[in-house]
Amino acid sequence: MYPVTTIHYLALSAALLLIGTVGVLTRRNIVIILMSIELILNAVNINLVAFSHALSNINGQVFAIFVITDAVAEAAVGLGILIALFRNKETVQADEIDLLKW
Amino acid sequence: MDVVIFLIFAIIAVACAINVVVQTHPISSAISLVGVMGSLAVIYLLLGAEFIAAAQVIVYAGAIMVLFVFVIMLLNAGAEATKGRAPMAHLLGPPLLAAFLGILAFVVRRLFPREYTAHFGGFTHGTAKDVGRALFTTYLLPFEAASVLILIAIIGAVVLARKEMD
Repeated sequence: MYPVTTIHYLALSAALLLIGTVGVLTRRNIVIILMSIELILNAVNINLVAFSHALSNINGQVFAIFVITDAVAEAAVGLGILIALFRNKETVQADEIDLLKW
Repeated sequence: MDVVIFLIFAIIAVACAINVVVQTHPISSAISLVGVMGSLAVIYLLLGAEFIAAAQVIVYAGAIMVLFVFVIMLLNAGAEATKGRAPMAHLLGPPLLAAFLGILAFVVRRLFPREYTAHFGGFTHGTAKDVGRALFTTYLLPFEAASVLILIAIIGAVVLARKEMD
């Protein structure tokens, strides 16, 4: 049977990274933009864990833990900003928030 | 057996990820994101990272998704209205995406040897014991810095979401 190699995990990671990037660039709803950023961070985690497995080294998994920590902090602060923004502007669409646009 | 499980869950993960980006209603995107997180947890188990898989389910599929759904319900965000995109994006987008994928595949295949097989059970040092030992010995200072980061994020979220009181 055809074996699973590290390349396959890297391909899965690249697919999630691309889908997340497309989401960040094309969507207007800020909640969905934040979810796409979570997708990108998960792509990083797959890479780290796959290389940890390939090199038989625990360090990659420790870095994956730190990435998860950062993702949690980013989601909490991002959603806090979103709530403050909604209180002032009554919208969650990124293209309607153009206060700094000249 | 490995390849079957990997393919099933990789395809579920990619399909759910595409659904996250394509759905117009935020709740549908959030439910799809839970699917991505769950299938990625299985992928981590295949790679021998038991602790990461458990953390993935608890932190992502549990905590972060509840936070997202809570905020979506709180803001009562409806479906997003689709607007026309620039014609330049239609024209240039697909070829540039294909070129980027090609370059990515070329670089990855050049950098990493193809003969390495990631079979299930090949790496068994991903238990909570091993990860914890690395975290509390080699990575003690980054670990403490991460806890300070979490504290700052908690305070920042509370300050940002608080109602202004004069």
